[in-house]
Amino acid sequence: MNKKKKFQMKSKHLLVLMTFLCISAILLTFTQVVSVSPLREAASRVIVPFQNGINQVGSWMSGKLEAFQDMEQLAAKNQELEDKVAQLTEENTRLSQNQNELERLQELYQLDQSYSEYDKVAAQVISKDPGNWYDTFVINKGSADGIQKDMNVISGGGLVGLVVEVETHCATVRSIIDDSSSVSAMTVSTSDTCVVSGDLRLMTEGKLAFAQMSAENTVAVGEQIVTSNISDKYLRGILIGYISEATEDSNHLTYTGYITPAVDFAHIQEVLVIKQLKQTEGE
Amino acid sequence: MRRKIVLAVLILVTFLLQTTVFQFLSIASVAPNLLLVLTSSFGLMRGKKEGLWVGFFCGLAIDLFYGNLFGFYALLYMYMGYMSGLFCKVFYDEDIKVPMVLIAASDLVYSLLVYVLQFLLRVRLDFYSYLKHIILPEMVYTMILSLIVYRLLFKINQKLTEYEMEGQQSPWLRR
Repeated sequence: MNKKKKFQMKSKHLLVLMTFLCISAILLTFTQVVSVSPLREAASRVIVPFQNGINQVGSWMSGKLEAFQDMEQLAAKNQELEDKVAQLTEENTRLSQNQNELERLQELYQLDQSYSEYDKVAAQVISKDPGNWYDTFVINKGSADGIQKDMNVISGGGLVGLVVEVETHCATVRSIIDDSSSVSAMTVSTSDTCVVSGDLRLMTEGKLAFAQMSAENTVAVGEQIVTSNISDKYLRGILIGYISEATEDSNHLTYTGYITPAVDFAHIQEVLVIKQLKQTEGE
Repeated sequence: MRRKIVLAVLILVTFLLQTTVFQFLSIASVAPNLLLVLTSSFGLMRGKKEGLWVGFFCGLAIDLFYGNLFGFYALLYMYMGYMSGLFCKVFYDEDIKVPMVLIAASDLVYSLLVYVLQFLLRVRLDFYSYLKHIILPEMVYTMILSLIVYRLLFKINQKLTEYEMEGQQSPWLRR
């Protein structure tokens, strides 16, 4: 208490001072005069171990819960899965035949390698944006694991987002359903390009919006949408989702509509980061 | 000094809970704003200056991890803390209703400010939809949560005041 007596500032003045401080910080980082990455780095070193810990406790608990499930239920599940294995094995042989054919055709067309061949790093989601306005999250791998800014993040075969910040042991990912995100995309069958953007109003429904689809024919519902080759950050050919609704714009040239993403954004826990940057692709 | 340590630990714990556990407890992709509950409660219980500092550091934590404009959330939370502090002398009471209403109101103001500063400026004009899907659900959820959290914070604050009054060596106060 003695310390405070020495220098007592009125709260009003303190407010003005701190406001000035904050606004100058905003301006400085906005104009990119000063970088806050050392601060971010330091803070992440303190926070990330805790978040990792909480996450491990969480997954341990859900693991225990699963262990308590009824035996019968598990047996039934097992039976069901075995049936599925048989079914899938059959399907697999059929698909591998198709794969051979595809490879042959790809060689023929000299297509780029698909994203399944890129080097990837698995990472866990350890925390999410505290507010409800944006959809960004932190993963537990950082520059120490070879992650760089602008790397693509996928999960379960679909595009999740883009790495926007990298610390030594963690990285921030902005998902494609985030309101400030937009991705240049195209349809698989006709290569009609469009812009897929996140929209906060659609976030609860788990949908994405697309616009400026310049199609000559009618856009079909259920059409696959992948990242296009003209995007500057996203690698080409990564699955985004399927068209669930499409309407023609009033200019009769372009289409607008909604996409159901391939990824379940509400329950992302593990993601893969593709260690291939778009810029280096051409080199 | 002890007060500062307790506050720092509180902010840290709240931030951790907010970014991990509560994001998974979200209903219809809306999570309660625990950091704002902390800021408003301390503003209300301990006055303008304390609210200002707690808010500043809560916002700073968000800025460090998620903000794209460094200092934006610090500024916003700081003002929310300061505003809550204005009601310190008027309403401070063991009664839960006033803090609940205040926390709800500050969450509303906070959401409106975020909307205006970050969405309206990017020409997202559909205010009603944002109000219905984000702002109001968040307010209600936060308000309900504040029923529990405020009591907890109130107890912590009581202990803090007691120790300060005694002004003697006692074991470290922890949560």
